[in-house]
Amino acid sequence: MAGKIRVLIAKPGLDGHDRGAKVVAQALKDAGMEVIYTGLRQTPEQIVNAAIQEDVSFIGMSILSGAHNTLFPKVMKLLKENDCDNIKVFGGGVIPADDIPFLKENGVMEVFGPGTPLTEVVKFVKENA
Amino acid sequence: MRQYAGFGTAEETNERYQYLLNNGTMGLSVAFDLPTQIGYDSDDALSEGEVGKVGVAIDTLADMEILFDSIPLDKVSTSMTINAPSMVLLAMYIAVAEKQGVSAEKLKGTIQNDILKEYVARGTYIFPPKPSMRLITDIFKYCKDNVPYWNTISISGYHIREAGSDAAQEVAFTLADGIAYVQAAIDSGLDVDSFAARLSFFFNAHNGFFEEIAKYRAARRMWAKIMKERFGAKKQKSMMLRFHTQTGGSTLTAQQPENNIVRVALQALSAVLGGTQSLHTNSKDEALALPTEDSVRVALRTQQIIAEESNVTDTVDPLGGSFYIEKLTNEIEKRAMDYIKKIDDMGGAPQAIENGYIQQEIQKAAYDYQKSIESKENIVVGVNKHQIDERPPENLLKVDMSVQERQLKKLKKVKDERDNDKVKAALKTLKEKAQTDENLFPYVLDAVKTYASLGEICNTLREIFGEYNQKIF
Repeated sequence: MAGKIRVLIAKPGLDGHDRGAKVVAQALKDAGMEVIYTGLRQTPEQIVNAAIQEDVSFIGMSILSGAHNTLFPKVMKLLKENDCDNIKVFGGGVIPADDIPFLKENGVMEVFGPGTPLTEVVKFVKENA
Repeated sequence: MRQYAGFGTAEETNERYQYLLNNGTMGLSVAFDLPTQIGYDSDDALSEGEVGKVGVAIDTLADMEILFDSIPLDKVSTSMTINAPSMVLLAMYIAVAEKQGVSAEKLKGTIQNDILKEYVARGTYIFPPKPSMRLITDIFKYCKDNVPYWNTISISGYHIREAGSDAAQEVAFTLADGIAYVQAAIDSGLDVDSFAARLSFFFNAHNGFFEEIAKYRAARRMWAKIMKERFGAKKQKSMMLRFHTQTGGSTLTAQQPENNIVRVALQALSAVLGGTQSLHTNSKDEALALPTEDSVRVALRTQQIIAEESNVTDTVDPLGGSFYIEKLTNEIEKRAMDYIKKIDDMGGAPQAIENGYIQQEIQKAAYDYQKSIESKENIVVGVNKHQIDERPPENLLKVDMSVQERQLKKLKKVKDERDNDKVKAALKTLKEKAQTDENLFPYVLDAVKTYASLGEICNTLREIFGEYNQKIF
């Protein structure tokens, strides 16, 4: 039997809105996954380091400050530089639909907008594990 | 009517303020960007991508001068959503007023200055709780003598609710924080009646229409009792809970955003019927981005319709005596008092936060609420019922990346042109005084007048006070 799916839930940037991140973390835990939550104000370097150290197969990033177009690509670049582009990245928060194609071009697998049911996030992780 | 606004550079935000003032708003409410709220300059590595995004970027007094250009500070009242570095921003405001020829005694407004809820809900803390509480009491003392009409704190339940608490928890945790501030001020030698009237509160207006009205009534009643019985306040004004309300941002849906106008109208009405002193109505597109000028106007008009057309403001507490409202008020008061007692037993709000108790209660409520939406026990129209296929909305406000570039240029120019010896001397004095018990306000004011930047001032204090590290519970 395969081990538990390991997921890092991260808050890049400076915004303090961590309700969504914590709710998603809890839902993934309840679905039987191993979840590590980074806490607030993580730099892309800290996120990638944590992902490597914790040996996760997913990083879920939540951001509500509008800095996603800067910070998400930075995480993707660092993952590549560290030969970790096998780690799958998804995101959520206040992210306008216009910005999603750009984030996906940069390698973000999925972006979940406000109002997304938790079951959808859980399903995404399970299907892509 | 006070609409929270700010984005990009001080120039752009100043334009938005002029627009709001010309359209009948009565007070300004400044939104700062995250680097400003956490005490970093725009050129700090941590600020990358965040400059001007969720509010206006302020690095030095020069930005503040632009922000309030052509706005007479003796005429408007200004609310600033600033917490950890609130002493610095208020000092800048006083310095701008002085340049306009307006003395500090005439200034009216509010700083949020409520650090305890930052640790549990909002996240823009800098220093650990102890030095943060000292900065807050320093502000209380300085303003009592020098800026007497300033509301020196806005004790906020808004963000606690946004983080996922329920109505009774919102009241309980907010008043528990309030108790901690009053106790800290008394412990530092202030007489309760000398500052209590300058305390103000800030609540959320959520979806449960009657429950929200009852919530405001319960909070008022509880605070009067707390001030009178617990702290021995004598003046009636010390017992009055004055509050600002904002409609709940987390209730807005990205789906069918027009529906948010109706949601906001109902929430705003509950706050008015509950007796709010001032109000911010959210704009329909805020689940998606910062609001456009058009949607801000609708939000303001919503308040004007309530205030000027509906006649609901003809009497005070119009629902008092309704069996249902009275029952709900009693229930919320009881649940909230039970929480406060529990928090008292732990040693007060700062200790309950240290223990993670308040954070865990909020987290649990947030998760339960989300699950109740997914099970359709709670209905969110357009999200779990009455959905339609819709195209992603267009015409959202975007803060373009050039803001950061422009802000960096401005900051560099200020740093090149100011008298750097004066800056160094002011920061050195501040550092020395931070290690004593002296009130830091005058030294921060001296520093901002030399055009020392917010980041430089906060970093000076970081060296002495250290930084708070969030614990994960």
